[in-house]
Amino acid sequence: MSSLAKLLEHPALWRGNTLAPVRSASLPTGFPRLDRELPGGGWPTGALTEILVPGHGIGEVSLLLPVLARLSQAGRWQTWIGTPHTPYPPALAAAGIDLARLIVVTPPDGSRPGRPAGAGASSNRHRHGDASRKPCPEERTGPQRDTLWSIEQTLRANVCGAVLAWLPVSRPPVSYTHLRRLQLAAESSEVLVVLFRPAAAAREASPAALRLALEPLDRGRLAVHLLKRRGLAADAPVHLDLQRPHAMDRHHPAATPARGVPAGESVN
Amino acid sequence: MYTANEAALACGVQPGMALAAAWALAPQMHVHKREPGREAEALAEAAAWAAQFTPNVSLEGHAGLLLEVSGSLRLFNGIDVIASRLRAGLQALGFTTALACAPTARAAWWLAVSGKETIVETPAALVARLDALSVHAIGWPPETLTLLEAIGTNTLGEVMALPRDGLSRRAGRIVLDQLDQALGRRAEPRQFFTPPEQFRSRIELPSSVAVAGALLFAAKRLFVALAGLLAARSSGVQRFTLQLEHDGAGVTSVPFELVAPGQTEAHFTLLTRERFDRLPLDAPVEAIVLEATEFVPLTGQTLSLFPDPADLASDWPRLVERLRARLGTPAVHGLAVAPEHRPERAFRCAEPGQASPALRFGARPLWLLAAPQPLIEREDRPCLHGPLALVAGPERIESGWWDGTDIARDYFIAEDTDRTLLWVYRERREIGGWFLHGMFG
Repeated sequence: MSSLAKLLEHPALWRGNTLAPVRSASLPTGFPRLDRELPGGGWPTGALTEILVPGHGIGEVSLLLPVLARLSQAGRWQTWIGTPHTPYPPALAAAGIDLARLIVVTPPDGSRPGRPAGAGASSNRHRHGDASRKPCPEERTGPQRDTLWSIEQTLRANVCGAVLAWLPVSRPPVSYTHLRRLQLAAESSEVLVVLFRPAAAAREASPAALRLALEPLDRGRLAVHLLKRRGLAADAPVHLDLQRPHAMDRHHPAATPARGVPAGESVN
Repeated sequence: MYTANEAALACGVQPGMALAAAWALAPQMHVHKREPGREAEALAEAAAWAAQFTPNVSLEGHAGLLLEVSGSLRLFNGIDVIASRLRAGLQALGFTTALACAPTARAAWWLAVSGKETIVETPAALVARLDALSVHAIGWPPETLTLLEAIGTNTLGEVMALPRDGLSRRAGRIVLDQLDQALGRRAEPRQFFTPPEQFRSRIELPSSVAVAGALLFAAKRLFVALAGLLAARSSGVQRFTLQLEHDGAGVTSVPFELVAPGQTEAHFTLLTRERFDRLPLDAPVEAIVLEATEFVPLTGQTLSLFPDPADLASDWPRLVERLRARLGTPAVHGLAVAPEHRPERAFRCAEPGQASPALRFGARPLWLLAAPQPLIEREDRPCLHGPLALVAGPERIESGWWDGTDIARDYFIAEDTDRTLLWVYRERREIGGWFLHGMFG
């Protein structure tokens, strides 16, 4: 019997009623309920995590703030690629993210239409497709070429603790091959890699190790559907309370004069 | 004739021939005049590159380099490693090499010019190797060679067997001195080469090139030379320029700026590849010049057995440079908080790695719109997807009267019907109305 128990501990062996063992370290999410449902008890490193969101502003980043703050305090870098809007530094700093360890990358083909001051880069973009360029397959064609390239480079550099990237809806959609490339790049690193994708991407296959779909509930709560995780499939969504600014003030006589700054204890 | 390529040799052309005789054998032959000035430049470039292996590099004749490597064996893990890296590097610089190693400089030089590419490590083995060398190959003056031939000696072994005083009297002091130097019986002081403090090198392309991507190969060769010199000087460069000389008189200058001093050829080549990929060329390029004038001294690194995450993180400037080379400098930045009440001015783009002041604000959204977006109003309530429910606020912000972009707003946190949490404000000045300014991501 003891030899059977030993055998069952072998890392290559997985039993269908458990979560899969993980090879690289996991980072606790800061939400014990979610940790219990994730293989390794937290966000995976060295593998892709996809978070599918119906829109921006439902708490999709707040879900990651605890882990990002912890990485930041450990002196790790983080890179945000192709953010849909400007990440607002006052809120990031309030959440405990060290701004001196943050790199924001806005590729010309990213999800933010209005780029800060990219005259040089946008004129570069015009030249793409110029007849004088040498044709080069795969990496240089397809949607979000620059975004995917930036993610891959950042992963290969292996200097960051976390890489967050936003892949907007594109025609044609980002191919499985491209995602597979990113997954391979992620495996060579020890980085928390999170791709934010539109909810429609749930229909497409993905090599990501973890896929979550977010659904906003009332009072700032969030339902996390585990579409894919390594090991046993999940049946019920996890409900999280993100402590968003909702909770602090329910009375809002809109017409009353200013009463000063709202209590700023919350993490948005 | 000084030298000839294989095709010419196959026609029977021999180095040392008169030019007329060579023409007769191979009429289609191209002849290039020797340019001693440029030969010396090339040798100096090779010397600067080779100085990364030892500070003691000296020039020999017009095509020889002598490196004293005994002090570097441990660092580079043995003579074989040094030899193979020298060979590979000099080949990448466009030289053909004959490389020999011996306990004395003179002996190593003689072995190399005789075409015996060997590594001799002990003095005992050296004597045996030198014995077999021909006296004709080692650059002795013709009158000495005539004399030795007349005596009937062809190899160094035979010369060494001659009585010393007689040899000294008849062939001159130089033969005996050089033999003693080769065998290590006599010191041979040499003047060492000092690597220059800046770098400038030019390559003429064999044919003019119209596509920037194809220039990378030539640029790579220049980078190998630069990287060698930088290693020799324990320095890096933060700035360098590639100049592309066109057929006419025009020059395209491609400046590079690095976040942190760079030192390796691979790094320079990577950056250049990204830049060249997107560089339009107005005219074909004939020559390419690499110039780096400011060297930044680098401190040494301690090698560790296990990589540590902190060490990995110290590589971040490379990542930023790489991304900027392709996406442009403004597309890659850091962020910092600014001491300002107006929300759109409470932050700025900073250089990555720059510390931000610690300031406290009220509840602020994670996403800020580039410009406030006007909201329609229905029954006195702001609407986006549907009527918004105000869940917190107001926070009144009135500021900026002094620079003409003053604002007077009441900010609220609002929930949309799709449950996104928004940061909206009501304009308090005359124009009025509701605006969306951010989202709580």
